[in-house]
Amino acid sequence: MTPQRLAWPLAIAALLAVLAVLPSFAAPYTVSLMLSVLAYVIMATAWSIFSGSTRYVSLASAAFFGIGAYAFAYYGEDLSLPIIALIGAAAGFVVAVVVGLATLRLSGIYFVVFTFGLSELIRQLMIWYEINQTRTMVRHIYVDVWAEDLYYHLLVLVVVTFGIGYLIQRSKLGLALRAIGEDEAVANHTGVNTTFTKVLVFGVSAALISATGALLTPRWTYVDPNIAFNPLLSFLVLIMALLGGGGRLYGPALGAVPMVLLFEVLSATFPHQFNIVLGACFVIIVFFLPAGVVGGIESLVARLRAWRAAGGPS
Amino acid sequence: MVALDVLLNGVVLGGLYALVAIGLNFQYGIARIMNLSYGEGLMLAAFSTFWLYTIYQFSPLLSVLVVIPVAFVASWLIFLIFMQPMVKRALNRDMLERDSILVTFGLLFVVQGGALWGWGSQPRGYLYLSESVGFSDVTFVLNRLLALALACLMGVGAWLFLRYTRIGTAMRAVSVDPVAAQLVAIDVRRYSGLAFAIGGAMVAASGALISMFWSVSPYTGIEFTLKALIVVILGGVGHMMGALVAGVVLGVAENVTAYLLDPGLTLAVNFGLFLIILLVRPTGIFGRR
Repeated sequence: MTPQRLAWPLAIAALLAVLAVLPSFAAPYTVSLMLSVLAYVIMATAWSIFSGSTRYVSLASAAFFGIGAYAFAYYGEDLSLPIIALIGAAAGFVVAVVVGLATLRLSGIYFVVFTFGLSELIRQLMIWYEINQTRTMVRHIYVDVWAEDLYYHLLVLVVVTFGIGYLIQRSKLGLALRAIGEDEAVANHTGVNTTFTKVLVFGVSAALISATGALLTPRWTYVDPNIAFNPLLSFLVLIMALLGGGGRLYGPALGAVPMVLLFEVLSATFPHQFNIVLGACFVIIVFFLPAGVVGGIESLVARLRAWRAAGGPS
Repeated sequence: MVALDVLLNGVVLGGLYALVAIGLNFQYGIARIMNLSYGEGLMLAAFSTFWLYTIYQFSPLLSVLVVIPVAFVASWLIFLIFMQPMVKRALNRDMLERDSILVTFGLLFVVQGGALWGWGSQPRGYLYLSESVGFSDVTFVLNRLLALALACLMGVGAWLFLRYTRIGTAMRAVSVDPVAAQLVAIDVRRYSGLAFAIGGAMVAASGALISMFWSVSPYTGIEFTLKALIVVILGGVGHMMGALVAGVVLGVAENVTAYLLDPGLTLAVNFGLFLIILLVRPTGIFGRR
C-alpha cells in the first residue's frame, strides 16, 4: 500500500485510540461533556446519511431520540444497555418506515410537514397514553450506569454509524441516494427504485438516532414526554449537520464538535437567550455557508488550485 | 342537542383555522416561500393584543386594526432581507423550498426564544365578550362568533381581491407559473413580496382574533403553523376555497374527537386527516391532479 492510502486508516485508528483511553485520565466533567459530543456526532452524521445526500430535510430527530429514550425508560431495569439500544433502534426504524411510506412517495414538502410535527404528535400521544393507560406521567430512572460505561457504548455506536455511512456511500444504495439528491425524476427513469431507497435509508438514519436516545437517557433522573420529545433537539442536529456540510461523511462530525462546546458555553452564560443566539447562528450558516464548513473549504481549495493553474499572481 | 352543539362549534373553530391557512396560501401558494415561522406572527399578534388589553384596556377589536399594518410592513421587510436573497440564488423551486424551510426554521427559534425570554412559557388569556348566546338549542360564545364573522369577512375579501383586481390577477398568474408570468410583464419578485406581506398581515389579524378565546404561549406559534400547513395541503396548495373547506373539516374533526374521546388528541386528529389525504388524494381536495 502506498503511504497515502494508509493515511486515512492510521488517522482513524489514532483518533479511536485517543478516544478509547480518554475516560481513564479525564475529569468527570470532561467525560460528561464527551457524552454529548459523541451523541451529537452520531445524530448529526445519521441525519446527514439520509438528508444530506437526498436533500429531503428531516425535522424529526427529536421524535426518534424520544422513542429511544422511552425504550430505556420502559426496559432500563430489566435489560442490558446494548439490547435496549437495539429495541429503541428497531422502534425508531418502524416509525420512520411508516412515515416514509406515507410521505416519501410524494414530493418533499409532505415529508417536511410530517416530520415537522412528528415529535409533537408522538409527545401528545405519549402524554395521553401515560395519563390514561399507565397513569405514570413521570418515569424515574433508578438504574445506576457509570458515565464511562455510557461513553464506551456511545463510542461503539459512533463506529457503527460511520461504518454504516461508509458502506452506504460505497454501495449502489449510496449511488442511488446521490442520484435522488441530484435529480429525482432522472434517478427514477434510470431504474432507481426511489421510494424503496429513501424509505430504507430514512429508517436506518432514524434507528441510529433512536439508539443514541436510549444510550443517553441513563444520564437523566427521570423521563417525561416533554423532556424526551424536545423539538430543540431536531434543531440542534440540523444546525450541526449543516455547519459541517453533508458532502463528506466526516462533515457533520466537524460541525457537531464545536457546536456542542458552543452550546455548553451558551447555556451556562445566556440560559434565557439560548434559542435566540442559536437561531441567529443557524440563519447565518444557511446564508453564508450553504455547503457547510467542509464544502466552504473545498470550494476555497478548488479556487486556489484554479488560480495557481491560471498562473498564480501575474 | 349536544351533537349539533359540538358540530357547529367545530365549524366556528374551523373558520378560524381556514383564515390562518388562507394567509399561508398567500405565502406558499403565491410567493412560494415555505414559511415554518408562519405561526410566530400569530403568536406575537396574540401576545400584543393580550398586553394591550390587560395593561391599557385597549379593545382587542381595535388591536386587529393595529396589528394588520404592523405585520404587513414587518413581513415585507422579512421578505426583502431574508427571502429575496434566497429567491435570487435558487436555481429551481426545490432549492428555494429547501432554503426557505431552513431559514424560517431558524427564525422560528429566534422569535420563540425571544417570547420565552420576555414573557415566560405559561399560557396567558383574558376574558372579552365571553357571554354565551343561544340560538334555540345551540349555544355559542360571543367572541368566537365575532371572530368567525371577521374571519369570513377577511376570507371573502381575499377571494374577491384575487378574483377581481388587477393586482390579484397578477398574483394568481405568479402562483400558476412564475416564469410565464414574467413574460407578460408581471414583476414576479414584487408581487411575491406583496403576497408574502398580505399573508403575514392575515396571520397577525387571526392572532389578534384568536387571543380573545385561546390562551397564548410562546409555543402557540408552532401549533398553528402545523395546523395551517395541514389545512393548506388538505385543501390543495394555492386554493383559497379549498383552505376554507379543509379548515372547517379540521375544526369539526377536532371538536368531535375532543368530545367523544379526549381533548388531548387533537394533534392526532390533524395527522390522521393529513395521512388520509396523503393516501387518497395527495394534491388536496381542490388541487389539480
